[in-house]
Amino acid sequence: MKIKDEVIITRGIKIAGFSSIIFLLLIFAFLMKEGTPALTEVPLSELFNTRWYPIEKYFGILPLISGSLMVTFFSILIALPFGVGTAVYIAEIAPQGIKQLLKPVIEILAGIPSVVLGFIGIQVLVPFLRRFLDLPTGLTAFTGSILLALISIPTIVSIAEDALYAVPQSYREAAIALGASKWEAIWGVTLPAARTGVLTAVMLGIGRSLGETMAVMMVTGNAPVMPNQWMSFFLPIRTMTATIASEMGEVASGSTHYHVLFFIGIILFVLSLIINVTASWVSFRKRTREQLVS
Amino acid sequence: MASVIIRMMRKVAFFPLIISLLLLSSCAPQTPTTANQQVKSTNAYIQNKGSDTLVNLALAWAEQYQILHPEIEISVTGGGSGTGFTSLINGTVDIANASRQIKPEEVQQAKANGFEPVEFTVANDAIAVIVNPGNPVSQLTLEQVSKIYQGQINNWQEVGGEDRPIVRLSRETNSGTHVYFLETVIRLGDSNNKSFFSADTLLLPSSEGIIAEVRDNPNAIGYDGLGYVTPEVKMIGLAKKVTDQYVLPSAATVIDNSYPISRSLYMYTHGQPSGAIKDYIDWILSVEAQKLTIQLGFVPLVTK
Repeated sequence: MKIKDEVIITRGIKIAGFSSIIFLLLIFAFLMKEGTPALTEVPLSELFNTRWYPIEKYFGILPLISGSLMVTFFSILIALPFGVGTAVYIAEIAPQGIKQLLKPVIEILAGIPSVVLGFIGIQVLVPFLRRFLDLPTGLTAFTGSILLALISIPTIVSIAEDALYAVPQSYREAAIALGASKWEAIWGVTLPAARTGVLTAVMLGIGRSLGETMAVMMVTGNAPVMPNQWMSFFLPIRTMTATIASEMGEVASGSTHYHVLFFIGIILFVLSLIINVTASWVSFRKRTREQLVS
Repeated sequence: MASVIIRMMRKVAFFPLIISLLLLSSCAPQTPTTANQQVKSTNAYIQNKGSDTLVNLALAWAEQYQILHPEIEISVTGGGSGTGFTSLINGTVDIANASRQIKPEEVQQAKANGFEPVEFTVANDAIAVIVNPGNPVSQLTLEQVSKIYQGQINNWQEVGGEDRPIVRLSRETNSGTHVYFLETVIRLGDSNNKSFFSADTLLLPSSEGIIAEVRDNPNAIGYDGLGYVTPEVKMIGLAKKVTDQYVLPSAATVIDNSYPISRSLYMYTHGQPSGAIKDYIDWILSVEAQKLTIQLGFVPLVTK
């Protein structure tokens, strides 16, 4: 009886383990099936064009790709110093009491639904940025980047913090013993030793930003403009995720527009795949190096 | 990290449970009714979906009708005219609300699914062009509005306002209001005209989003159904030509045909309606139900 239980449970766990691979393959197959017809229905020169206006058959996806990349890039630029700074503070500097306060607060920040952040963005951030920076409108790529930074900071903090904890105590002690100040020990020894973990944190933060939909849809203005100057960062843009979310409801299934939306889905999928593979490649290198040390 | 994930999972794991419980409890007592089923006095359930412009009015009608006929249950959701037609074609709703007429492609798809959509004009609506109350511009010709939205006029100074950039706001492309505005204002009703919205037009997902941005931003220009316009934004008087009189949108100016951009609002059913759905639509077209249109800022049908 006991052996039978054992077999059933191990089988069950095995199926659960493989199920995610099966789901991933199914999702990918579905995306390919629905998305690749776009390549034959729309000439490549029109698909990789700069005008997106699907109800008049303009399917240029470049402004959407550049919009997504722009908000993601700048959100990480904002989230990196805050995220890593917070992680360093929690792991290295903060006294026990503050540490115990900060960690749950950051978890709560991670738990705020993005639509709530988007709502606060519309009501508070958008009017403020328009007045403060004297912009034509507050619905801009910059506004989206700030919200995305808020969304990706908790991810970055928790992973970077783990990486810092993994640095052996002897490293810090050695640095202090050599006469380094606390800051010098952090900057010169602890952070470099944890750099692969910090990089993984940043990659996952990028993945989080790239895939976020609701908050960016609410505050970026959704205008499919090609960024062509530095000022573009302070003007509206339209991301790939927002386009799929706002247009999927109306398209007739099987139409060209429908296929192009799935093609955008493939691009998003491939981009996040690249990010995740890079992240795991980075942490794989870390593991082999640690094995060498021990 | 592991503990963080476990704790988050514990939090998250409850939601599907709660949601599925809610779904189960809300589904249980209702018997699904198809469009053609004859339902007289028993519990009838009418699903009504589509145009965001029409959603408030449809809700008001549904509430009033359910008071008069407690045995009928009506659910109303928005999403845009295109969404409503898609749902009607897929058979998930009984009545589709629309702020534009059904497209030939959509009729084709409906026929492929075995029914002919039947159209009912249920109310009229004016499209108001709105700006921030701080904007001194108070009247424009249709041609000026068209040029603004095409990106040919980019500063309020060019139409008699302050030296400010113009920020164009529009609904998303799945909105019937978007399509109507494109055809009637930007293309000035000329079907050979292929011009369209300037690429930097902000496409906002909701009517409320447009009102919120116009209320806050003195650079903005937007358009919306008259029923959505709040006193916090300023409506623009419109004229077809410079020599014409500039007219503000209202029920009266739509009925006497002096306001240039007004349109009909529609409901579509699967074939000629029968039973509860027919009774409901007949009631909507009655004088009593049409009174509600004025209260909500729409324009009642005129019996000719």
